[in-house]
Amino acid sequence: MKSFFYTLKQAFLQIFRNKAMSLASIFAIMAMLLILSIFFILVININTAAQAIQQDYDSIELFLKDGTSEEQAHEIIADFEKEKGVEDVYYKTKADAMADFRTRWGDNAYLLDSLSENPLPDSVVILISDLEQASDLAKDAATYDSVEDVKFYKDTVDKLLKATHFIQIAAVVVMVFLIIVSVVVVTNTIKLTVVNRSNEISIMKYVGATNWFIRGPFLAEGIIIGMISAGISIGLSAVIYKQLIEVLGDQMVSMLSVPMVPVDFLVLNFLWIFLALGISIGACGSIISMRKFLDK
Amino acid sequence: MIVFNNVTKRYKSNIGLDKVSVKINKGDFVFLVGPSGAGKSTFIKLILKEIDADSGSIKVRGNEVTTLSNRQIPKLRRNIGIVFQDFRLLPKKTVYENVAFAMEIIHQPRKLIKKNVPQVLSMVGIAAKADKYPDELSAGEQQRVAIARAIVNKPRILIADEPTGNLDPDTAWEIMQLLNQINMRGTTIVMVTHAKDIVDKMGKRVIAIEKGRIVRDEFGAYGFEEELASMEMSQDTLQSKRTFRSRFKRGGIL
Repeated sequence: MKSFFYTLKQAFLQIFRNKAMSLASIFAIMAMLLILSIFFILVININTAAQAIQQDYDSIELFLKDGTSEEQAHEIIADFEKEKGVEDVYYKTKADAMADFRTRWGDNAYLLDSLSENPLPDSVVILISDLEQASDLAKDAATYDSVEDVKFYKDTVDKLLKATHFIQIAAVVVMVFLIIVSVVVVTNTIKLTVVNRSNEISIMKYVGATNWFIRGPFLAEGIIIGMISAGISIGLSAVIYKQLIEVLGDQMVSMLSVPMVPVDFLVLNFLWIFLALGISIGACGSIISMRKFLDK
Repeated sequence: MIVFNNVTKRYKSNIGLDKVSVKINKGDFVFLVGPSGAGKSTFIKLILKEIDADSGSIKVRGNEVTTLSNRQIPKLRRNIGIVFQDFRLLPKKTVYENVAFAMEIIHQPRKLIKKNVPQVLSMVGIAAKADKYPDELSAGEQQRVAIARAIVNKPRILIADEPTGNLDPDTAWEIMQLLNQINMRGTTIVMVTHAKDIVDKMGKRVIAIEKGRIVRDEFGAYGFEEELASMEMSQDTLQSKRTFRSRFKRGGIL
């Protein structure tokens, strides 16, 4: 316990004595984590959107014009039930549609409360068993007079999945590169402290301090630098993302009918990832920088 | 206490030690003498396992050093005190802190530190300067602090690497008396030196090393008479000290 406090105290002293370099490393790791968070935000949002939309992947929804009666709708249903590749066709009222929205929006469902009347149209939903037929069915559906619009997600989903995949690969490449850069920067910062204190370290070794005892403060220094960077970058990404939601959130909902991932969810997830990354980068940096000095 | 058996250590271009066998007994006071580059530093580094021997066996207090794992090195070193020519005190710590530091880093209880440090400081004769910083002390006083630091953990062996190299003759002699006193309390002392007058005056065991071999091991004088005579004394001793110093700095633990 005593040596734990000793280690922490030494670590803070070192960071303080080496302000400029400590700041440089904090900025380096922070920049890296921020760039990373952009990718995370993109990937998470696209994934959620893709997942939500994928549920509709195997269905075509025909939105009916206002004033279309239930009988007319059932005629359409009867027509499509005969078609090949159709598994099921059902009628979905305004109220059903609203209920669906509420479940999909989850915590954000309260936003729907402010609507004075239900703006959603009645619709007919066709569940498809054979995806090859989907495009033809969608074309057929558009020919009905009472059908205002046909929503068919296949293309969108395909595009989204492709984008997600690409962004994921890019994220990994950028991440590996950035992690290497940050480790190098931290290594150099800590090497500076190590060199500054080489005299002290050599005395410690001659008196018989264990390597871990000597390494402790430097390791703690790296970890603290990593944690500070992680903390700052989580805070910054949360603030930036919040702004982003305010600006883009509505467009996302109208474009994809999926809300953006809420800030809380993002922060909770980032917290662990960023802390883990920051700490490992700091720890790696300090262990690498000390390796040579602790050979014997 | 320290037993070398057929120890050889080669560096890339030259020989450090060549089949050296020697036994240093408990309570001995041994001078290690010889020209620069003869193998004195190698000898000391091998005892501390700062470097590994190529062959042979080295025993310190009955334990084989050559086969020690890196993890076990700290334990070995806790039984060996070391004093350097350049003192190596920490400039930002007071005299007291410099000595206490040696106990702190091997996790000694605070109570014991508070008890032992003043004791050791008064033993080496600088209790009055406990709160001073190293740069406020004379060279002799700084060396006393370094000695206090080396013995505060009560090692069985004290290695002194040219401890009087930076001191004037009078101060050097004072330090020698202090070392003698420590030796009389039972600590084995191995001292590397170039100071012929000191070695002659002390009349202790002298191990002379030359080109990696022990050329003489007897009680009494420094030796190397012909060599010393053939040198321009003042010039060359200085020169050899300088080369030694720079070599030590380059070849030390760090």
